[in-house]
Amino acid sequence: MATRHSQGIARLAVAPAVIVLFLWMIVPLVMTIYFSFLRYNLLNPDMDGWAGFSNFYYFITDESFPGAVFNTLALVATVIVASVAGGLGLALLLDQPFWGRGIVRLLVISPFFIMPTVSALVWKNLLMNPIYGLFAFLQQLVGITPLDWFAKVPLLSVAIIASWQWLPFSALIILTALQSLDEEQKDASAMDGARALSYFRYIVLPHLARPITVVILIETIFLLNIFAEIYVTSVGGLAGNLTYLVYFQGLLNFDIGEASAGGLIAVVLANLVSIFLVRIIGRNLEI
Amino acid sequence: MSRIELKAVRKDFGNLGVINGVDLDILDGGFTVFVGPSGCGKSTLLRLIAGLEDLTSGQVLIDGRDVTELGPAQRELAMVFQSYALYPHMSVRNNIGFPLKMAKQPEDMIEAKVRKAAETLNLTAYLDRRPGQLSGGQRQRVAIGRAIVREPKAFLFDEPLSNLDAALRVQMRLEIMQLHKSLGATMVYVTHDQVEAMTMADRIVVLNQGRIEQVGSPLELYDHPKTLFVAGFIGSPKMNFISGSVAARYGAATIGIRPEHIQLGASDGGFTGTIRIAEHLGSDTFIHAESPELGSITVRATGNIEASPGTALALGFEASRVHRFDAQGVALK
Repeated sequence: MATRHSQGIARLAVAPAVIVLFLWMIVPLVMTIYFSFLRYNLLNPDMDGWAGFSNFYYFITDESFPGAVFNTLALVATVIVASVAGGLGLALLLDQPFWGRGIVRLLVISPFFIMPTVSALVWKNLLMNPIYGLFAFLQQLVGITPLDWFAKVPLLSVAIIASWQWLPFSALIILTALQSLDEEQKDASAMDGARALSYFRYIVLPHLARPITVVILIETIFLLNIFAEIYVTSVGGLAGNLTYLVYFQGLLNFDIGEASAGGLIAVVLANLVSIFLVRIIGRNLEI
Repeated sequence: MSRIELKAVRKDFGNLGVINGVDLDILDGGFTVFVGPSGCGKSTLLRLIAGLEDLTSGQVLIDGRDVTELGPAQRELAMVFQSYALYPHMSVRNNIGFPLKMAKQPEDMIEAKVRKAAETLNLTAYLDRRPGQLSGGQRQRVAIGRAIVREPKAFLFDEPLSNLDAALRVQMRLEIMQLHKSLGATMVYVTHDQVEAMTMADRIVVLNQGRIEQVGSPLELYDHPKTLFVAGFIGSPKMNFISGSVAARYGAATIGIRPEHIQLGASDGGFTGTIRIAEHLGSDTFIHAESPELGSITVRATGNIEASPGTALALGFEASRVHRFDAQGVALK
């Protein structure tokens, strides 16, 4: 890439990919912005023209909106706490030498490969069903009235399913980080008189700060727009998040304009959350 | 300051014997160097003393007390690692103070001791930096600082200079020796570099395949190697070994003669040779020659002498400097 000539050719060569990716990103965004200012309801095709900010106004003043925002944030928070804490514990266990470790590691990772819709169905029908679910069976064994998970604790149920899916991810990343910890550090801290707990507190945890930060940031991105688990378990009305509310406005109320406005509000919320996160834990990523 | 004794120490990794019965007395206040080729077990032996590895059999005694079953911290030894093993997320201050913090000493006392150690090691200006922001030599000093704040019974060094460049290595070598003088502490130092061993030690332990080959002062090992292995390992360039009829003339299976103990142009020596390569170091000239009687032979001549490849040489041995070994490689008296 030394000469001006070869640089020009290089730009020309990557241009198609860059242009396609740019269009891929910008067309849906611009269309969403455009729709969000239109009167665009499939049930009332006669009403059209500019709507000003009324789509945004109606979305925000919708009675489900505060609940949806709360559910969105609560889901993100609980799943992150559960998967990081559980993942840390799992990773510490999997880092120990024991017989059959290779197979156990494979098994631990497997939930991550299961489609969210499939795992939600399995949890809904095989595990949490109040009549023939495994949990109901176990509760009846000890004489407790089976809990109707999705009716009584819908948000917690969705959080449990999502945590189960994300646990392997954080366990895997933390495990890899644990394995990159220099053995001599362990020896040095042993010479310095650190016992197991101090070693964990002063050497292992600081070493894991960065991978845990990465886990939190990545999980936040995906958990902010979690949808399949809520849709499949039919708890949208009880524990719907912003993504579900957008779906509800667009595909159940057929109000494309308001759904678009909701989508943009979700984008703004996602940005607020990420700014907040980067402020708190982003410095862990610096050296 | 203390005396460390090893009694019939063995260490096996699976079926592999790494340390095969070592008896050793490490003297109080001495600077003992373990030296040997890689894989000879010198680092393992140090880790056994430190308590980082369990003994398969045998005993480790510190000041007469059996510490074989004690953990590393209770042995009150300090160790400096090859990779320094500094804690990357802690400042230099916290790195040095970590052992004191683990010993639950009061904050102000930790601060005072850290300051003192930092002054000794010229680290005062770097106390708030992280290890990642320091140069190799500074990191080395922090590792030493972490060792000295605890006022341990003895210092263990595991090839501490091998990650430094040549100039810094010479400087740190001197600093460690000065530290030894000023603290008067017992130090055990592991290295594969025989130059380090010769310059630093007052006692060298030469290890080979998990056994002690010879223990002695640097000059003892240089002048009176007990085995062929020690003779070949100590000294640079390496000792020349000659077997066959020439050795038989001295009544030995193999004879050894150091390059610096061969005289050039001594007509009574009785050997001839042709120069293959000459290395000019300025102060010395190393001549690699080919001799019909002796085979390949290295000669060290003082000063910068004229020596071009192909030139014929007359070689003579200093008779008193010829080392004689039997067929088992053991020195003959």
